[in-house]
Amino acid sequence: MRVPPGVTPQDFSDAIKQWQEALGKHWVFTSEEDVDLYRDSYSPFWHEDLEPIPAAAVAPDRLEQVQAVVRIANTYKIPLWTISTGKNLGYGGSAPLLSGSVVLDLKRMDRVLEVNDKNHYALVEPGVSYFDLYRYIQDRKLKVWIDVPDPGWGSLIGNALDRGGGYTPLRDHFDAHCGMEVVLASGEVVRTGMGALPGSQTWQQYRYGFGPYVDGIFSQSNFGVVTKMGFWLLPEPAGFKSGTVMVQRHDDLVPLIETLNYLMNSNLVQGTTTIGSPLLMSRAARSASGGGSALVMSPGGPSIEALEKIGRDQNLPYWNCEMSFYGPPKVVEAEWEYAKEKYSAIPEARFVDGETYKLPFDPNDVDKLPKRQFGIPSLTVFGMMGRSEGHMWFSPIIPMTGEAVFQAQEVFGQAYHDMGVPAIGQIFVFPSSFFPRSFVILCGFPIYHDVEKNQRSRQVFKGLVKAAAEHGWGEYRTHTAFMDTVSDVYSYNNHSLRRFHETIKDAVDPNGILSPGRCGVWPKRMRKAQS
Amino acid sequence: MKHTGLLWVIALAAILAAHGSAAQDQGVRIPSSWTTTTVSGQGQPAGYVEYQKYCSACHGPGAGRPGTAALEAKYKGAEPALLDQRTDLTPELVKTYVRNGISVMPFFRKTEISDAELEAIARYLTRNNKR
Amino acid sequence: MKVPPGLSPSDFARAISAFELAVGKQWVFTAEEDVALYRDPYSPFLGEPDELVASAAVAPDGVEQVQKVVRIANQYKIPIYPVSTGKNLGYGGSAPVLSGSVVLDLKRMNRVIEVNEENAYALVEPGVSYFDLYRYIQEKGLKLWVDVPDPGWGSPIGNALDRGGGYLMAQFRNHFDSHCGMEVVLANGDILRTGMGAMPGAQTWQNYKSGFGPWVDGIFSQSNFGVVTKMGFWLMPEPDAYLSGTVYAAKHADLILLVKILNYLENTRVTNGMPDLGSPLLGIPMISEIDVWNRGEGPPPPGPELASLLAKSEGGYSAELEQYALAHGISYWSCKLSFYGPTKANQANWEFAKEKFSAIAGAKFVDNESFKLPLTPEQCERVHKPQFGIPSLTMFSIGARSRTNPDPTNGHMWFSPIIPRTGEAIFEANRVFSQAAKKYGIPALAFSLPSCYWERAFIFIFAFPVTRDVATNQKNRAAFRALVQTAAEHGWGEYRTAPAYQDVIMNTYSYNDHSLLRFHETLKDAVDPSGILSAGRYGIWPRHLRKTQA
Repeated sequence: MRVPPGVTPQDFSDAIKQWQEALGKHWVFTSEEDVDLYRDSYSPFWHEDLEPIPAAAVAPDRLEQVQAVVRIANTYKIPLWTISTGKNLGYGGSAPLLSGSVVLDLKRMDRVLEVNDKNHYALVEPGVSYFDLYRYIQDRKLKVWIDVPDPGWGSLIGNALDRGGGYTPLRDHFDAHCGMEVVLASGEVVRTGMGALPGSQTWQQYRYGFGPYVDGIFSQSNFGVVTKMGFWLLPEPAGFKSGTVMVQRHDDLVPLIETLNYLMNSNLVQGTTTIGSPLLMSRAARSASGGGSALVMSPGGPSIEALEKIGRDQNLPYWNCEMSFYGPPKVVEAEWEYAKEKYSAIPEARFVDGETYKLPFDPNDVDKLPKRQFGIPSLTVFGMMGRSEGHMWFSPIIPMTGEAVFQAQEVFGQAYHDMGVPAIGQIFVFPSSFFPRSFVILCGFPIYHDVEKNQRSRQVFKGLVKAAAEHGWGEYRTHTAFMDTVSDVYSYNNHSLRRFHETIKDAVDPNGILSPGRCGVWPKRMRKAQS
Repeated sequence: MKHTGLLWVIALAAILAAHGSAAQDQGVRIPSSWTTTTVSGQGQPAGYVEYQKYCSACHGPGAGRPGTAALEAKYKGAEPALLDQRTDLTPELVKTYVRNGISVMPFFRKTEISDAELEAIARYLTRNNKR
Repeated sequence: MKVPPGLSPSDFARAISAFELAVGKQWVFTAEEDVALYRDPYSPFLGEPDELVASAAVAPDGVEQVQKVVRIANQYKIPIYPVSTGKNLGYGGSAPVLSGSVVLDLKRMNRVIEVNEENAYALVEPGVSYFDLYRYIQEKGLKLWVDVPDPGWGSPIGNALDRGGGYLMAQFRNHFDSHCGMEVVLANGDILRTGMGAMPGAQTWQNYKSGFGPWVDGIFSQSNFGVVTKMGFWLMPEPDAYLSGTVYAAKHADLILLVKILNYLENTRVTNGMPDLGSPLLGIPMISEIDVWNRGEGPPPPGPELASLLAKSEGGYSAELEQYALAHGISYWSCKLSFYGPTKANQANWEFAKEKFSAIAGAKFVDNESFKLPLTPEQCERVHKPQFGIPSLTMFSIGARSRTNPDPTNGHMWFSPIIPRTGEAIFEANRVFSQAAKKYGIPALAFSLPSCYWERAFIFIFAFPVTRDVATNQKNRAAFRALVQTAAEHGWGEYRTAPAYQDVIMNTYSYNDHSLLRFHETLKDAVDPSGILSAGRYGIWPRHLRKTQA
């Protein structure tokens, strides 16, 4: 049996027994075949010794059991790694960062505690997936929508704590939360916001409560185990419409995004938008780019003039953007008309009017709908990846401007070139605005069960993190394999933010048992070894 | 002396690096004022600008001026409700109110209205006092 | 010269000299008349030994000076109390929680560092007021609106850190939520930049809020874990047009359905401005009508018959009162909705809202004046300014002498409980608070309506008067504390309060044996081990002062 680092076999054995008493033998996994299920299915370390493997896994089903697990871990200084539904594929999945950690699997805590369809909120446990909550709501015919990220099997809590996003007006998942319950490293329970008032009537209505607003420190971190979280839901809107704008020239992206910014910041366009390019996705453009992505601008690649010529010859717009409008049909139509008016300042801008939906929709029509924009969970995204054994996400944030997009194309193009990555391997994607006022360039690096390919991928990934940092761009979230690398570039004033994180860590988790290394925050006793 | 020049450049770079991006530490110092437009003193008596900046939001003419409304209710026409039309104010009185407040009017710190600015306001408000 | 608690006069004198060296002699205030200016102008302890007073004040003009001051304070263990523009009237003003602290007055740090029109954000220092930022934007001709609270002389940073609110679209009304990125000087003098600011040469500090790793910003609000020296804010792009419409409901019980429909319309962003509730029958003005009524331009006072019915009603209701109202066409409730956007969209949204509100039998609607934006100067003078992002000091008519109020107060203190977003909760809160007011001998209105600053919650903001009479002030303070307990018994907590009540209120947030406060204290001991920053703020006392406060 594997033993966690720094723990004696006897202590580990005692801990296992105590966990078995607290949870039932059934729910403490120690056999290799059971524990293997907690490995990262998309591990970039497949077949390598570097792959982090858990020592065991425990699966409590209620708050008191979580407290017991944490107290036992504290007694023996056993590193835990908390997962909600454990489906963080592309960012590390269910595997710990520190090999030999014990995974604290909260999937069995899957109760929907409340869905209020008058004040439009839900209170859930970590094991509740988007599919689960969606079905709960549908079964009771409640008129509220959830906001889903691409894969529907993830946890609302887990995704929000990793600060993921979705597609509807409530797409910023952490921002849409309201109230938390947390088990601290000591085993003590804290309720945040209005939850700290016993018998509170407004825990899921008013976020901040009284005094310091602590919720944020539990996201992308390891300061506590979140066992309940409230979420604001969107009441079923009266209608939906999408509309697409297309522009002809390269430089038109600048005024396109200026207008998009205005429309989004005014709440007229709600929901996530992605910039696209029929031209750059075309076979002609790809072939001019050496068979790779024409979106990344590598030295030696086609010039903008050359690409624009292809665009004119084949009648392909250079850029497009599909926008979502939510509201009564007359309103969304008026908003789309207004948007078109604004975009028409760009010469030769063209438009595609999407369908206007009057809501509620007929449940039989579900498969015809744009599911993500309607908060309907699915796993469709998994069909869109190239043939590989998984992916890992490189997720830099750039300003939401055309100039920043152009700069990113060149910077990453240059970086790939400098690293000798062939055109076909130059992964780059169109920027999406999951979060207001910024773009995320969500690049999926393929994972193979091939050591050399993965090693090379990891090297390139790190090169891109560095290139981004040199231009003042940072990642908003990252895979466990790169948490130290990414944390390192947030180095303002001699890494004062990380040192601040460490100060908090040492105070709230002195034995350093909760998810060591998550987002670059190591407990004191492991810190020197990592720096 | 190239060597020294290079050291200066390195030293400067180190200072800038320590303070992060220089652009984020500059910006425009905004002269304090509780007005929605910048006041010009052109053709106006001394202290006019200070009075506008710090007093007119409550004591100016027009709707939504709680100071003027309060004085109107107090004097009921016996004195002008507009402070800057009074002929009976003294510098001591003005300073007392600014540094002690009255009713819901708070007093003001020297980082808000300096002694020099208060002098100017007093001068302006007492300009019509024949005594 | 007053000396901070725990300090010897000679140590304090040495510290003062060090402060003078750091910021310049003229910006260290020790003379009694200067330090007196840091009292709370609305102090409910006027003339009492408990009044909160500073021992001195120091006014730095930049981050480097703030660092120096903090290091000196740490060296001598001097409790300091940062204020931004120091205009937190009704919530304690500029007076420290721990009497004898040295106030760190950041008003001189008044630079607008950047305003970016395309990504609609600003980066400012603490001494910048709403008036200042507004002027900057107007003079540059930028098409951006600032969300202002009632008094325009406050600081966007100070107000956001105390988690205040305003009047524009929902995401901007919540001042803390609309911030993006901070710079903080820690108790050890170190500088921290949060979010994307932790990236040197960051290009997205004001574009993306949470950066990478634990998002710490929230712990600096309503707290004492650091001195915030810069903050980014998301601004609202100037909309195309503004429209408002008012719905009137006839019967008492209609409030329940009205709120339910309102919640739906607000949460789907059909109405994106701040809803404004009033009662024509009970004589409760909407927020946007307060100043108009105070000027004497509101509706005429009730005639003798109506006045008598009102006086006899219980909690704003009786069958006879409702009968009278129906017979005379006086609505029980009014709710003004605001819409920001292109004219046609505003109109379509209002039409839809009217359709939904028509579920209330007998509901009536009034289309109010609509405006194409930007407003003309003449329009600026007429409108309810905060709803157009225009700072003013109009709200100081509250408690002031006026045509309708011959008895001005000496200020006010706000009692601000959050209640659930339902009509039922409004009725219950009124019942509970009226009963409590009677019990504790304070005058109460027959009925009160909450405000909608926050999405998805209601807030009651009751003004307790501050007077020049010690006995009255003591009685009012006791009543305030009693009301805090009463609210807590019903599951309602306050969102913000003055130093006088911070311990009392934090004490009601007692879930699991006050585990949240103990968590705050754990953080405090870690980030400010000497306990020099704003000791006692929001109930967080440094270790060496903790037992004595318990």
